[in-house]
Parts: sequence; structure tokens; C-alpha cells
Amino acid sequence: MSLFYVVAFLSIIFALLVIFTKNPVHSVLYLIATFFTFTIHYIILNAQFLAVVNFIVYMGAIMVLFLFVLMLMNLNTDTEPMKSTLLKVVGAIAGGCLLVTLVGSMKTLSSASTTAMDNTGIGLVENLGKVLFSDFLLPFELSSILLLAAMVGAVLLAKKDNKTA
Amino acid sequence: MSAPVDYLPIIMQLLVALGFVALTMGITHLIGPKRKTTDVKLTAFESGIEVIGNARQPFSIKYFVVAILFVLFDVEVIFMYPWAVNFREFGLNGLIEMFIFMGTLLLGFIYVIKKKALEWD
Amino acid sequence: MELEFLIEKTALVLVLFVLTLTIAAYSTWAERKVAAWLQDRVGPNRAGPFGLLQPLADGGKMFFKEEIIPSGANKYLFIAGPSLALLVSFLGTAVIPFGQNIEIFGRVVPLQVTDINVGILYIFGVVSLGVYGIMIGGWASNNKYSLMGAIRGASQNISYEIAMGLSIIALLMVTNTLSFKEIAAQQHGWHWNVLYQPLGFLIFLICAFAETNRVPFDLPECETELIGGYQTEYSAFKMGAYMFAEYINMFVSSVVMAVLYFGGYNYPGMDAVNQALGPTWSPLIGVGVMFFKIIAFIFFFMWVRWTVPRFRYDQLMDLGWKVLIPLAIANIVITAIVIVGFDLFNKL
Repeated sequence: MSLFYVVAFLSIIFALLVIFTKNPVHSVLYLIATFFTFTIHYIILNAQFLAVVNFIVYMGAIMVLFLFVLMLMNLNTDTEPMKSTLLKVVGAIAGGCLLVTLVGSMKTLSSASTTAMDNTGIGLVENLGKVLFSDFLLPFELSSILLLAAMVGAVLLAKKDNKTA
Repeated sequence: MSAPVDYLPIIMQLLVALGFVALTMGITHLIGPKRKTTDVKLTAFESGIEVIGNARQPFSIKYFVVAILFVLFDVEVIFMYPWAVNFREFGLNGLIEMFIFMGTLLLGFIYVIKKKALEWD
Repeated sequence: MELEFLIEKTALVLVLFVLTLTIAAYSTWAERKVAAWLQDRVGPNRAGPFGLLQPLADGGKMFFKEEIIPSGANKYLFIAGPSLALLVSFLGTAVIPFGQNIEIFGRVVPLQVTDINVGILYIFGVVSLGVYGIMIGGWASNNKYSLMGAIRGASQNISYEIAMGLSIIALLMVTNTLSFKEIAAQQHGWHWNVLYQPLGFLIFLICAFAETNRVPFDLPECETELIGGYQTEYSAFKMGAYMFAEYINMFVSSVVMAVLYFGGYNYPGMDAVNQALGPTWSPLIGVGVMFFKIIAFIFFFMWVRWTVPRFRYDQLMDLGWKVLIPLAIANIVITAIVIVGFDLFNKL
């Protein structure tokens, strides 16, 4: 249990660094570190497949995409250019809404029972595969359509840019 | 069956590697010679031609398309691992289920190729 | 968790670490010797007999060089780039079994740092992290050549990662496990996976070349067009870290190929040897066989480097996306149909 607190503490530290650092590329690096601590969380929960998926997809793939996007933009100044008061107000309102949602969900969470889920081994690849291909077959097949839509969308957007440019 | 404790040696290896990297980076910083350098020496090297602007410039969107497609296909590949591990148990049914999944994505792949999104000219 | 476990694992990690460093250092020497041999030259021969002390001299030199950080560069990221590249390259070997269980002083010790349930996926993950060192270093340099090298390197790595993942899936369908220990044990004697997955191995091999940025896929460095690509602005040990990372990656990919496709520590006639030598000495023969295979692969990497010319960028991307990925998918489909057909036939 103490291990959990150490890792959770690290997660929060890195997550805060993501927000407070000025340089967006630093932010991405801290975000990678945050995802790494999440991976450790999953391992502690014995969700090994999920841990390694988090490792590959979030740390290895999505963050690469983030870096590409950052490098695609013009980052000549380290400070962010947008500083208008309107944006600050909007940001404060959005953040406040998130806070309310989080507090609300925390309240319902405390009443729910927290059952330990280790020793069932559901997080191991073999068992997860069995569940995925029997109970969750339809969501699995639907996810392929989601991926297809994303693929088509990406190509359409990029092609449109090419013609106008 | 492996337990969470099996991952501890990986963390140990990570710490050893981290220590080595920090040590060598520190040593090279400390014992390397330090000279008073001119501004010209510290400019970016561009084959001896004076630097125009800097490298913080946008580049072709094609790289970006590759990155997006990579994320999508990466997710697809990840989905196939739990299937491949149990593949013999699933037998013919599992095969058909996976072929439907792969077929949908193959459709997307063919679309990408047909749209020439991966053409480099 | 007892104390012996910790001591055993620490010892294994340290031994493996030193071994990785030594092999990477001597790969630089071997590369020059192989190049010399292929081009009918002598190669390094001044430092020690056969130039064997050359890696030490080269390594030492890197520490005594002036460290230059360009004025336009982002200082922290400039240091983080090579650090990340080197750090990530060390992680891959953690899940590799280098031999059978060995008995030392009555205690059975697995010659593997750790056997995890998702070993192959772990390697896949570590490989996918390799992009960051190149990308961050190249971008932080604030040099147009570096940026080009970094972007090329990143898109090359991610493109070939998919084909690599797909080729491993076909292998998994044969082995039905993700644990390296079990995969190695399944290939007992002559049952090496390359016999069942020749096409998969070929795809994996090509992807391994691309992932390690070796010739013919060394476009991120590409000295004739991009000066040094992402390494252009680097000096002292930071440049050495990139070079070292490349050689370590080469070692790791050789190890992975040896275990996944070429039987790892298995060799024909190992049962007889096991019986004759007992549980303390026979695993060492296996380790020797394993390292023979690894060195053969490293030699192959070098041989190709001095034989094959570099790809053009569009050829590289076309090969990755339009040849290797469809081939890997076809390989999966064929493997699936053959295995399921075989199982159905057996049931009849």
C-alpha cells in the first residue's frame, strides 16, 4: 500500500509539472513520465496487459503524435502567445466545472465498496483475450469501425490542406 | 504466471541505466575542456553558410498523416495480441471474428493507399 | 520477497549491464575491423594487439572533448535527447533469457533478469520509446538538418514499428505465449521458429534494421545529405551517447531475433550435453551458443552496412507501408488458415 502512495505522489507531481511548465515540449516529456507512473499503477493492480498497452499506445504512440503536432506548429517563443482575459475567464469556468464534477464523483465513490481484484488474473493477456472475444465481441468489432472512421478523417483533413496550400 | 513483483527487476535495471546516464553526462560536463567561445562558434552548423532564420519552422503535413496512421494501426496491432495468444483455443470462430476486424481496417488501409496519402513526391 | 531474490536480481542486472556496455563498445571496434576486412584494409591496429584497446581510447576521448551547446538550442532538451536515447536502449535486455536455469551452490538461478507475462509486448514498448531520443535531440538542436533528420527518423521508426508488431503476431500464433522464457523453451533442440515463420522473420529482420537506424535505413543520420542528421550539433559524450545507443540497440535486436526466431540458447543435441555435464555446466554451453548467434547477427548487421546502399526517403516509406505491412498481414492470414485448418483436420 505504501508503494501505491509513492507512485501516486509521483503521478501527481508529474501531472502538475505538465500544467505548470511553460515550454510545451517539456510538458510532453512530463506527460510521458506521468503515463509511466500510470503504467506502474496498472502493474500494482496486476493488470499487466493494460499496463503494457498504456506503455505502448500512450507513451509510445500518442505522445509521439503530440510531439509531431508541437513541432508542426511555429514555436519561436517559449511563452504561449494567448493571454487575453476572456480566455482566462473561460479557463477558470471550465476548470471550476471539472472540479465540481470531480468532487461529485468522489462523493459517490466513497459509498461504493472497493473490492480488490487481484488473484483473479483477469488482467493477464490470455484471460483478457478470452473475455474480449466472448463477452465483449461486439464492442471489439465496433472499435474497428471507429478506427476506420478516424483513418478516413485523418486522410480527408490532410488532403484538403494539401489542395488549398 | 507472473505477478507484479516480477516487474521489480525492470525498475532496478531502469535505475542502473539512469545512474549510468546521469554519471556519464555529469562526467563529460565536468572534465571536458571549457574555452571562451565566440558567438559564431555556437551558431547552428549549416555547411558554413550563414544561418537564415531558425529551425522552428512548420514542416510537411505528410509526416503528421504518417503519425496519425501509426497510432491507429498501433491500436489495431495491440488488439490482435490477446487474440493471437488464445488463437488455437478460439478455433474457426475466433478466426472469422478477427478477419472481420482486420477486413474493416484493411478497407481503411486500401482507402489510404488509393487516396495517395502515403505518396512522397 | 526475500533477500536472496534481491541479491540475485541485482547481480543479474549488473552483469547484464556490464555485458551490454562491453558488447556495444566492442561492436564499434568490430564494425571498423569488418569494414576494413570487406574493403581490403587493415583497420584499427595501433591501440593494443589488433587494436583491441581502441574502444577504450575512443570512449575516453569523448569525455575529454569540449561540450558545445549551440546558442539557439533548448539547453535542457538538448541534454535530454541523447540521455533518453541511451537510457531506453539499456532497457530491452531485461526480459531476455540468456540460458536455461543454472544451478549455483544448490540454488537454481534463471539466466534472465525477469520473466514477465507480456515479455514481447514489453520489448515492443521499449522499441517504441526509442523515437523520443532522436526526436527531442534533433528538435532541440535548432538546426534545420537536425530537425529534418529527427522528423525522418521518427516517421521511419513509427512506420516500421507496425510491420514489426504484425510480424510478431504471426509468431505468437505459433507459440501461443508472450513470455520469452516459454518461447525459448518451446524451441528445444531443432524446433527453431524461423522454420515455421520464415516470412515473419524476414519482415522482422528488415524492421530491426529500420528501428536501429542502420544502413540501408540510416536516413536520420545520412551524412551525405544531412551532415549528421539529428546528431549534427552534438559533441563530446552526448554524441557518444547517440552512437552507443545505436550499438546497444543493434545488440538488443540481435538478441531478440536470436531468441524469437533462432532458438536462443537451444541447439541440436542439447539433451545429451545436459545429461553429460549436469545442471551447473551445461547451461553455460547454452549461453555460449546464444552468444554465438548474437554475434553472428551483429556481424550480419555490419556486413549489410558495408554492402547495401542507402534507400531514398520515398522508397523507404513505400517499402514500409506498401510492401511490409501487406506482407505481414498476408503472413498472419496464411499462418492462421494453416494452423486452424490443421487443427480441424486433426479433429476429424
